[in-house]
Amino acid sequence: MLAESQGVERLHTSGLLLDLTLASDPQLLCVVRAAIERLTEVSGFSPPECRSITRAVDEAVANVMRHAYGSSPDKRIDVSCKRIAGMVNGIQREGLEIELLDQGVPFDQKKLTARSLDEVKPGGLGLHFIRDSMDVMEHSHKDGVNRLRLVKYFSAEGKGQTSQGE
Amino acid sequence: MQIAARRLDQVTIFDITGHIDLANSPELRKVLLKELKETKTPRVILNLTGVRYIDSSGVASLVEGLKAARDQGLRFILYGLSPSAREVLQLSRLIKIFEVFDNEQQALA
Repeated sequence: MLAESQGVERLHTSGLLLDLTLASDPQLLCVVRAAIERLTEVSGFSPPECRSITRAVDEAVANVMRHAYGSSPDKRIDVSCKRIAGMVNGIQREGLEIELLDQGVPFDQKKLTARSLDEVKPGGLGLHFIRDSMDVMEHSHKDGVNRLRLVKYFSAEGKGQTSQGE
Repeated sequence: MQIAARRLDQVTIFDITGHIDLANSPELRKVLLKELKETKTPRVILNLTGVRYIDSSGVASLVEGLKAARDQGLRFILYGLSPSAREVLQLSRLIKIFEVFDNEQQALA
């Protein structure tokens, strides 16, 4: 459902907003980006935040394709997006939660450290982009499934926050 | 992504359009490294006016191009960055290591 809010078409639906299942083929990254970009727009995020969230999800899905599935293009990736609300540091917050599921190689904690930005070298930037863009980044592995949970909160003005943690 | 080359005297301009991501950044890397390591054109310019999106693998290809240029003593120049492309280079703090111009005239000067 779309409704006019503060001059922006805001999505007022709560709970599940979008459920995508895709093959681990990099040619499909543009499809994911298009879907997330539009979803963040109708959710009411600002244009820079829309680009930022889209970039984070794109990098996260690309990491699954490259690292979890070793560039095998025919594996399954699930991406679901929900509108969430809850208390964060004693403040009522609303936000967008994006969950990625895959059945690939478990996350290697040692490799989950973004490289220093003082180094001029290719690679290692994806994690940095994700952490920079999102308020929450959590990963877990259970019963053969990798789960990555990303959250971006709205500010009181309807724009996303840049605070860390949950 | 599409790449078209314009070869001028001592300069090659690559007009790149579309999105640069994991699906095609290896192709970009291959084209750049061939131009810089084999052809050894003194000045290689990337026209990014038609590029709306660059992911981390695309940035990695640009960094490899820059390193190859430096190794060969060549110039590697970017121009026409979209807001998204500029944000990515700023986020990675790499924008300061590239020669970046607003337009082709400046890049050729």
